[in-house]
Amino acid sequence: MSTTVEPPGAPAPATAAAGIKGAAVRRGDRVFLGLSRGSGIVILVTMAAIAVFLVWKAIPSLQANTANFFTTSEWSPDANPAFFGIAALTFGTLMTALIAMLLAVPVGIGIALFIAHYASRRLATVLGFITDLLAAVPSIIFGMWGIEFLTPHLTGLGEWLTTYLGFIPLFKNDLGIYSRSIMNAGIVLAIMVLPTISAISREVFVQTPRAHIEASLALGATRWEMVRMAIFPFARPGMISASMLGLGRALGETIAVALMLSATYDINWHITEPGGITFAANIALKWNEAGTIGLSALIASGLVLFVITLAVNMSARIIIARRSDFSGAN
Amino acid sequence: MNITGKARLTAVAIIGALALAACGSDSGSGSSSSASGSGNANCVTGSIKASGSSAQKNAMAEWINAYQTNCSGATIDYQANGSGAGIKDFINKQTAFAGSDSALKDQDKTDADARCSTGPAIDIPMVGGAIVMAYNVSGVAKLILTPDVIAGIYNNTITKWNDPKIAAVNPGVTLPDATIAAFHRSDSSGTTDNFTKFLGTVSASSWTYPHAKDWPAAIKGGQGAKGSDGVASAVKSTANSIGYMELSFAQDAKLSTAWVDNGGGAIEATSQNAASTIASATVTGTGNDLALKIDYTTKTGYPIVLVTYEITCEKGLDAALVPLTKSFLTYTAGDEAQGKLTNLGYVAITGDLLTKVRTAVSSIS
Repeated sequence: MSTTVEPPGAPAPATAAAGIKGAAVRRGDRVFLGLSRGSGIVILVTMAAIAVFLVWKAIPSLQANTANFFTTSEWSPDANPAFFGIAALTFGTLMTALIAMLLAVPVGIGIALFIAHYASRRLATVLGFITDLLAAVPSIIFGMWGIEFLTPHLTGLGEWLTTYLGFIPLFKNDLGIYSRSIMNAGIVLAIMVLPTISAISREVFVQTPRAHIEASLALGATRWEMVRMAIFPFARPGMISASMLGLGRALGETIAVALMLSATYDINWHITEPGGITFAANIALKWNEAGTIGLSALIASGLVLFVITLAVNMSARIIIARRSDFSGAN
Repeated sequence: MNITGKARLTAVAIIGALALAACGSDSGSGSSSSASGSGNANCVTGSIKASGSSAQKNAMAEWINAYQTNCSGATIDYQANGSGAGIKDFINKQTAFAGSDSALKDQDKTDADARCSTGPAIDIPMVGGAIVMAYNVSGVAKLILTPDVIAGIYNNTITKWNDPKIAAVNPGVTLPDATIAAFHRSDSSGTTDNFTKFLGTVSASSWTYPHAKDWPAAIKGGQGAKGSDGVASAVKSTANSIGYMELSFAQDAKLSTAWVDNGGGAIEATSQNAASTIASATVTGTGNDLALKIDYTTKTGYPIVLVTYEITCEKGLDAALVPLTKSFLTYTAGDEAQGKLTNLGYVAITGDLLTKVRTAVSSIS
């Protein structure tokens, strides 16, 4: 920030638009201010338009619903009377996203750390390129690969979990079938969000001030201790931000999950058993044949997903705001 | 930055090439000589849009290709986005006709009649299909199932392949002691609707769920796959599995299909056997509206069938759309087009019903 000493008698400068106290406003500044302000307004208007659309279109089905929207698992909005609820959808969405995050965050940050501070330059470039390439693979390819290739191969993992960890209700499997389960969908989602988390974490890691890194090394820290002392505290908001972006994708992933899940509308804590459904997958599967109330019900479920994603992002912002010095949000 | 002469020349060359490519004409439009095929003398030029059932997607693609090859200047665009979406498009005047796995009813009928300002909206059956039980059990070359057994498998009362109820209908066949992996559709579908309608009609004691496009949520167990191709691929890759799908999907995936015994002996799941069931359906619509009621209890034909209707206006379709719609539907109701259906794995409309279909089409104006 610069301060200027005004010469006595000088005309009062136009400060509001200039930002820098005392500087005169040039036309270029005004244009840029207008453009950036306009972009911000466009974003807000778009978000508002989406929210209004969702609420407006969702109202008919919510009025026609004879069941408790939040606690019912069944989905029959086109039946007479309409009977549907989002309990199973919420469970499936949160469960698959949780599994995806538990798998993707450690691996993504590990890859980022390796590329930023452990690998040789050439290896880092290649690895970074390949990880980013993973982000370019379309979701439907992941879905098809997941259901055709990965699912049969994950049967072994499911059986192992049931045999050795079967005392935990989560890993119990009463049916003996291990395909089209929430766990498999979560694993594919983890692979899909990995590049996002890895790329953003990588960017944050390389921005750690060299002084901090060299200071900790000079004090005799091992490489890992240096990472723990100098890099992680600095990069924490960035890592959280990266994970939140990944979580946003995991919550909203549509076609890959629609292909991989068996679409049963119940809350099943045995994650290796077939079944489960998420908000986005439900919309993808039911949209074409839905009647009027059915469409409205799907939009209502979309509204809930919108609200959940908003809540997740807001809590991320709050967490990052605690380290506001290092956050790009300020 | 200095732009050298060479760079300038390259830029001009690239821009020129792009501009010339953009000006290029589509191959085949306008300059084609009409093929001297089976002589569709009823050619009309124009362009219409249609959308709806994905069950008849392959039949439509074949017919549109044949019609457009014979009649240059005609463009028919069929979007297989689902029966529900197709009917909505038709009601919103986006399309000339809709393909649907079920006839118009309730509010949709009222809205469709309103869309056709001067006349009623009619359902014209055009493509038949057989819903087959494809299975993947090694060592079983011929499997016979009864409607009660099928209902038992799908509502989880019969869980193993060597269950006495299945063995009773398959004397002499060694069935493995393995759990049945039963696949259903995870997405909404007219195939599910017709399949559950069949089960609810013929084995009402075992199948108490109302028929719907969505698989009954009350049933726990079984696995869902997206699309008939998803079910086919799931059955193909899972041992000891069974799934319901249309004949064409089972044929493409080279899956064995079960014979169905509806009380009159086991009947093979073929196009011909299904055709007789469709031909013997009763017409429940009035006038030229040929909504059908299929006799699922038939003992002489393959009982699990479905019919895809083309829904359009008998009178009151926009004047610009009438000629090509009528001409195209006349072609699809003709012998040549119906003859193509069997090769594609569908079932042709035959007999008296076909005559009624042709009458209905000729009344479009």
